[in-house]
Amino acid sequence: MNNALIIGQYVPGESLVHRLDPRTKITVIFFFVFIVFLANSVISYSVLIAFALTSMFTTRIPIRYILKGLMPVWFLIIFTFILHLIVTNKGTVLIDILGFSIYSGGVIQGFAISIRFFLLILITSLLTLTTTPIEITDAIEDMLDPLKKIRFPVHELALMMSISLRFIPTLMQETDKISKAQASRGVDFRTGPLKERVKAVVPLLVPLFVSAFKRAEELAMAMEARGYQGGEGRTKLRELKLGKRDLIVFILFMIITAALFLTRNY
Amino acid sequence: MDITFNNVSYIYQKNTPFAHKAIANLSFYIPSGTFTAVIGHTGSGKSTLIQHLNGLVRPSEGEVMIGNYRLTRDEKPDNMRMLRNRVGVVFQYPEHQLFEETVKKDIAFGPKNFNVSQDDIENRVREITSQVGLPEELLGRSPFDLSGGQMRRVAIAGVLAAKPDVLVLDEPTAGLDPRGQHEMMDMFTDMHKQQGLTTILVTHSMEDAVKYADHVIILNEGAKYMEGRPEEVLTQREALHHVQLDVPEMVQFINAFSEKFGQKIPYHRQSEAELASEIRQVLKGAGKDE
Amino acid sequence: MRHKIVEFRHVSFRYGEEHPWVLKNCSFAIYENEAIAIIGHNGSGKSTIAKLMNGLLFPQEGEIVINGRSVTQDSIWDIRKDVGMVFQNPDNQFVGTTVQDDVAFGMENRGIERDEMVRRIDNTLSAVGMQEYRLTEPHKLSGGQKQRVAVASVLAIFPQILILDEATAMLDPRGRTDIMKTVTRVQDQRHLSLITITHDLQEVVQAERVIVMNEGAIWDEAAPRDIFAKKAELRRIGLDIPFVAALSEELRKAGIPINREALNHEELLEELWTSHSIM
Repeated sequence: MNNALIIGQYVPGESLVHRLDPRTKITVIFFFVFIVFLANSVISYSVLIAFALTSMFTTRIPIRYILKGLMPVWFLIIFTFILHLIVTNKGTVLIDILGFSIYSGGVIQGFAISIRFFLLILITSLLTLTTTPIEITDAIEDMLDPLKKIRFPVHELALMMSISLRFIPTLMQETDKISKAQASRGVDFRTGPLKERVKAVVPLLVPLFVSAFKRAEELAMAMEARGYQGGEGRTKLRELKLGKRDLIVFILFMIITAALFLTRNY
Repeated sequence: MDITFNNVSYIYQKNTPFAHKAIANLSFYIPSGTFTAVIGHTGSGKSTLIQHLNGLVRPSEGEVMIGNYRLTRDEKPDNMRMLRNRVGVVFQYPEHQLFEETVKKDIAFGPKNFNVSQDDIENRVREITSQVGLPEELLGRSPFDLSGGQMRRVAIAGVLAAKPDVLVLDEPTAGLDPRGQHEMMDMFTDMHKQQGLTTILVTHSMEDAVKYADHVIILNEGAKYMEGRPEEVLTQREALHHVQLDVPEMVQFINAFSEKFGQKIPYHRQSEAELASEIRQVLKGAGKDE
Repeated sequence: MRHKIVEFRHVSFRYGEEHPWVLKNCSFAIYENEAIAIIGHNGSGKSTIAKLMNGLLFPQEGEIVINGRSVTQDSIWDIRKDVGMVFQNPDNQFVGTTVQDDVAFGMENRGIERDEMVRRIDNTLSAVGMQEYRLTEPHKLSGGQKQRVAVASVLAIFPQILILDEATAMLDPRGRTDIMKTVTRVQDQRHLSLITITHDLQEVVQAERVIVMNEGAIWDEAAPRDIFAKKAELRRIGLDIPFVAALSEELRKAGIPINREALNHEELLEELWTSHSIM
């Protein structure tokens, strides 16, 4: 399997960040998205960076691995930087080549935006790196609970998500197997003109669909045999519990927010 | 085609926290025209080995030679398609690869990719259909309307239609009932003999290995654990137990018999009838002594 | 007389009006604590029997009684508590994202309290030897391990009948023996009726009684010893006979008297010892 697939993939661990309630993590990230935009001074940026880096180190996941996972977005970050460099014309002219002027404001603006962008992506990837998808599902189910009042199928949605998560590795293995079987029959998925390559997908997709339907049918039967009759009257094994550490993180996060308000320029 | 593995290792997801070695420093030689059984538990590296045989993966270290096709980490044959034409692989549950509207089209799919002429394909489809024991009237039907056993045969026909020199079979009888299993293995043995194929059978069944193969390779945790003639390798109880494998049932019985009667009967892949007459000899002989 | 736990009364089934009959007028009974094997070629109707037992399918004709209750739309949820099933494909019955979640699934459906669930997960996972894998995800398990989890999930509901519907067909030999050992052990401890639908002769030999299906009808119903005595007939309907039975047959042909049909190596060696002293 190729490397792109493991970006943001959960890395098991016992760190503080791993053990936080997923709802805490989601809430913190939600608010982080807002407070990132409060920063506008060197000190306030430093506060944000310090927060993000501390979180990153706390996960105890190899830094190289995290940064490698961010590879595909480096391009976007650099692109954003260059865009700001070209478009902004505030401050003093630093360089002037062939009618293109780069202003000091552009450099500052470019840096600021790129850092924000980087921090956002880093923090969100920390969520998926330290939280199993099923925890995220549980957190979403729990946070959407009020919607049950308006007949929104929260349980069904969560079950669907969890079964999909359960079957992603299975279907990936299946895709791998079928594509290898077809490659052995002379299908070339990688080279040739676009039209040929699109055509090559048919021998992959048809068996995948056939097998996915068969699986779904068998799974439905197995679920029925095990007494599944919908969400009514069900109990749950997995439960979410807010602990002391969640409280501490919330308080810390509020202090950081306050610090941002204090250190930004008005 | 001769097959050679020279110190082959294969590592999945190299340079990630998930990296693991599926094959470790594996070397063996399979002469053209032989029937080799590869035995090992799930996770012993069998499926990774198979994928090297037609270039689906290339070794992370070492070298694989299939006839004149050479595969290394940095090198692959110029004509990969030709290699895949000459090495046919029947994967586990091959019926999962069916996709065409008709049985005929599905069988013809491989040869078409390998640029076989339309006339030739027609002939081959007809020939292969009867070889795998499918009634010709099924050719126009959708493969998805057939029974499980028939689907399996269609899929196998699809591989055979490319007329490979090397035939790789990954547990080809899994999920079939006993009659289906016998019929299928007999079919492969016939083809192996008639067409001079080099056959590699991946199996869990010691019985199949002694019955059909003339060479066995036992894998354990990605490395070669034992290799040799079936009657030599598959009689070594202690060594096989060590990797949680068992000797064939007949060997177990012969061992127990020898212990009880104090007289050794050699194991030479005999049939039950042959064994019965050997037992008779022993019993009679013992009777005379008394 | 033992208590009847499953009874088929003149059951016929087909998937639709224009389809052929899959089962034709089948009647049989299975008793409490009994270990039954059902064998037959693919398409002989053996898996259909399993699905009829817990109302995944309903017969067009005849009646099925489980533990004194007729299987109907109204009774299926109660019946499914008594009848636990392990299916063939280990992947397509694993619902949970981890082992313990999967064992919990059936209990969650029945509204069992969380504390009780945790207790039963511990118990059943140790019963099948999977307690170390409590938090493992399914794609990291072998087929045999997944099937053991499936057995644990069923046991957590305390069923009276455990059906293995070709549950070992997709496993390697080690997975097979593991499952069969596990199941035999729990059957002993928990007083279950065990119904094994299989091609594996080893599993058949372990049963107390064998039901042989052929083309939708019951072909024979007897102890394994008596079934394997009918070698030629078994071969004719596409079934295998165990090595011991095949060898016995050849020994007889070679003129060595084998009086009692042997089921395992020890028994056959015993027979040979006896005839050896006569010779």
